[in-house]
Amino acid sequence: MSIAENDTDAVENDETVAVDTVEPGPRERTTSALTGEGRQELSSRAGMGAKELLREVGAVLRMSESEAAALADIEADPDEDQTMIINMGPQHPSTHGVLRLMLELQGETVLRCKPIIGYLHTGMEKTGEQLTYMQGGTNVTRMDYLSPLNNELAFSMAVEKLLGIDGDIPERAVWMRMLLSELNRISSHLLFLATNGMDIGAVSMMLYGWREREEVLRFFQKVTGLRMNHNFIRPGGLAADLPAGWRDDVLDILEMLPGRLEEYEILMNGQPIWRERLQGVGVITAREALALGTSGPILRSTGVAWDLRRDMPYLRYDQVEFDVVIGAHGDAYDRFAIRLNEIRESMHIVRQVLDRMPKGDFRVQNKKVTPPPRARIDESMEALIHHFKIFTEGFKVPEGEVYVGIESPRGEIGCYIVSDGSSNPYRMHMRAPSFVNIQAMPHMMRGGMVADAVAIISSVDPVLGEVDR
Amino acid sequence: MGPILAIDPLLDGKLLWTPLLIVLLKVLVVFVVGLVATMLMVWFERKVIAGMQNRVGPNKAGPFGLLQTLADGTKLFLKEDLIPDRADRFVFKLAPYLAFVPAFLAFAIIPLGGDYRNGNGGMVEIFGHQTRVQLADPPVGVLFALAISAIAVYGIMLAGWASGSKYPLLGSVRASAQMVSYEAALGLSIACVLLVAGTMSTSGIVNLQGSIGNWNVVTTGFVPFFIFVIAATAELNRPPFDLVEAEQELVGGFNTEYASIRFALFYLAEFMNTITMSALIVTLFFGGPQPVSIGSTTLDIPLIPNALEGTVWLLLKVLVFLYVYVWFRATLPRFRYDQLMDLGWKLLIPASLGWFMLLAAQRVGEDEGWDRVVVTTVTALVLIGGYALMQLAMKVSRDNRDRDGASF
Repeated sequence: MSIAENDTDAVENDETVAVDTVEPGPRERTTSALTGEGRQELSSRAGMGAKELLREVGAVLRMSESEAAALADIEADPDEDQTMIINMGPQHPSTHGVLRLMLELQGETVLRCKPIIGYLHTGMEKTGEQLTYMQGGTNVTRMDYLSPLNNELAFSMAVEKLLGIDGDIPERAVWMRMLLSELNRISSHLLFLATNGMDIGAVSMMLYGWREREEVLRFFQKVTGLRMNHNFIRPGGLAADLPAGWRDDVLDILEMLPGRLEEYEILMNGQPIWRERLQGVGVITAREALALGTSGPILRSTGVAWDLRRDMPYLRYDQVEFDVVIGAHGDAYDRFAIRLNEIRESMHIVRQVLDRMPKGDFRVQNKKVTPPPRARIDESMEALIHHFKIFTEGFKVPEGEVYVGIESPRGEIGCYIVSDGSSNPYRMHMRAPSFVNIQAMPHMMRGGMVADAVAIISSVDPVLGEVDR
Repeated sequence: MGPILAIDPLLDGKLLWTPLLIVLLKVLVVFVVGLVATMLMVWFERKVIAGMQNRVGPNKAGPFGLLQTLADGTKLFLKEDLIPDRADRFVFKLAPYLAFVPAFLAFAIIPLGGDYRNGNGGMVEIFGHQTRVQLADPPVGVLFALAISAIAVYGIMLAGWASGSKYPLLGSVRASAQMVSYEAALGLSIACVLLVAGTMSTSGIVNLQGSIGNWNVVTTGFVPFFIFVIAATAELNRPPFDLVEAEQELVGGFNTEYASIRFALFYLAEFMNTITMSALIVTLFFGGPQPVSIGSTTLDIPLIPNALEGTVWLLLKVLVFLYVYVWFRATLPRFRYDQLMDLGWKLLIPASLGWFMLLAAQRVGEDEGWDRVVVTTVTALVLIGGYALMQLAMKVSRDNRDRDGASF
């Protein structure tokens, strides 16, 4: 059965059935029988009442009904049979994984957009309740798989706060965390540049971005043993110290990147087609962005200088110098430019970290939280017991709840943990920036073209692993 | 009757076995050359793009991966031939041929070589008969190429329409709009060449471009050439004008629902068209198979007989443009639909029309013996006036639209 046939059903029903009826009309029954996905569909704009429209566009932005109607009023009255509902995703080259969009098109113009998520839902937050705090890192690192270290950092900081050891973390561990976090920001933004280029049609950019990202990942592999999903930042510190020669590796990356970034500028914003494709596309105002709860480059593109690293400093971000890059227009081009320049700012931070990296321990020496060194296990019975206890039942965390938010490449990633005093969380929730940012998509897409829709998805840069968790 | 039907001059009059054999040989050669060239072009593109993107590219099938296309083609032949449920079955099957056949037909009028030394005019001697290295040389050759390339639109349009699916439909709507828009600019820039050359036969156009100074790219003043290259890229649906396929937006556009050998036909047609269009650019603007000569000195390729030298020159010149097309693909982002239309209608068509008028005025001035400078100045002034009028009209219509309240 086709979507088109559903649409006609829906329109007919909307004319006869009151819009806000509580009991499911024949429409719901038909669709759920057909797709098994209940309300995950989009009906034609012509069949929508004012209330439904308000719910769709205005409620989030606290608009009056008339304001909402004015916002949605692209064409005075689009003829019903001139619009087409098209399904983009979850299998689509440009929906960054398994995001699914229902678009209502008039010709090539997007009238409305409805993002549908859940295709990558694996219940990771629930899984988090079964894993000990020691194991939790392996779980959260898989959520935003493009900035795993930031996930681990948020989780570890939350656990440390619950344990009350957040002030005891050795300086070296803190600076190492900053180093890794910023390098991860660089690798994540490089991937954004790659996919942004590819989505606009500059396919070569995809490979250039990956090439540079690979250098950063190679460094991660040397430090953590893995390219992604490191589980390297753990409650209490890090899993290991930096390997020999790490400084030269970081310096190599810092030396390689500036020239490459200039090449990107020639290839991308140096050329008119690129600018034409992004400037003025997917515009969102500061008020809308704030009302929708966006954070990260999307919020900053509207001119709001909100960066947790500066506004709510964690680690030692208050001791390093860096600029918060903001845009002025709130369009896709600003979001591209912000990310490009944030790479430069991150490099600036990394340089300062290199200069100031202190000597010392890489994890807190609290035997209840951190496993003993391997050598101690052979000689000390207590060490062996500690080791065994930590890796079997984990360490107990005092009762309480905590929220820690940090600035991930995509915005504010927060970890909320409720502890009941046992060794695994009673409830663990991640405030995923991609999930919140996706909310802004329908507002950005309204009135754009199909090609703009692709550019907008790309500029929001969602990671679906994080959205669905 | 002969010239109008583009019958080979050899077949005029009494029908003999040898001329018939020569013509059949030509048909075979053009077809095989077309196929092999397409195969190599796919390899060339993949290899060059791989180089530009820090990759290796195909390197397993045959030496340097030369047989990769052959391997891919064989694989596609063996794939399941899938026709979607909602497709218009007849049109769905017909469309690939509508795209594929014109791609080869257009190749028939390209002069593929010949001996241009000592005033030979591209004639070579085969089996004691004088003939051109060209399958057909109709007096309306250029028009034929235009007509054939216009037919190719139908293949793509019908493919999208007959698929019974939404993405291909969007692709086919884009295809028809894009190709119709750019056909005009393409035709107008060709008109400039025809005006200067005074003939529509491809061999005639090539014959007139003896040295670099006589190349049409120079005699028409470069502008038609650039317009032609841009319009041809759009006509070929190659990046940055590949909106019809637009993998990132329409998931392949018109050919989304095609699989197996039907898809291969589209794929081949696209590359074949690229070669044909490059050859047409060389024929129209760069002297086709004529050797490169500056003034009276002609560059000579040693060890190759004069009769074959034309083919080598054509190959070298065409390769330059093929490389440019690959370069485009590797570098440029894709245009958006409305930007593409703007570029076509608001820039290329007025520019080519204006330039055509300028050339025509100079031509008339020459015939009447008017002063060249005066003619050019007056034409330029008229064109500037026309441009200002057009801008005014655009502004008025924009204001009207704003007043009517449409917001996009």
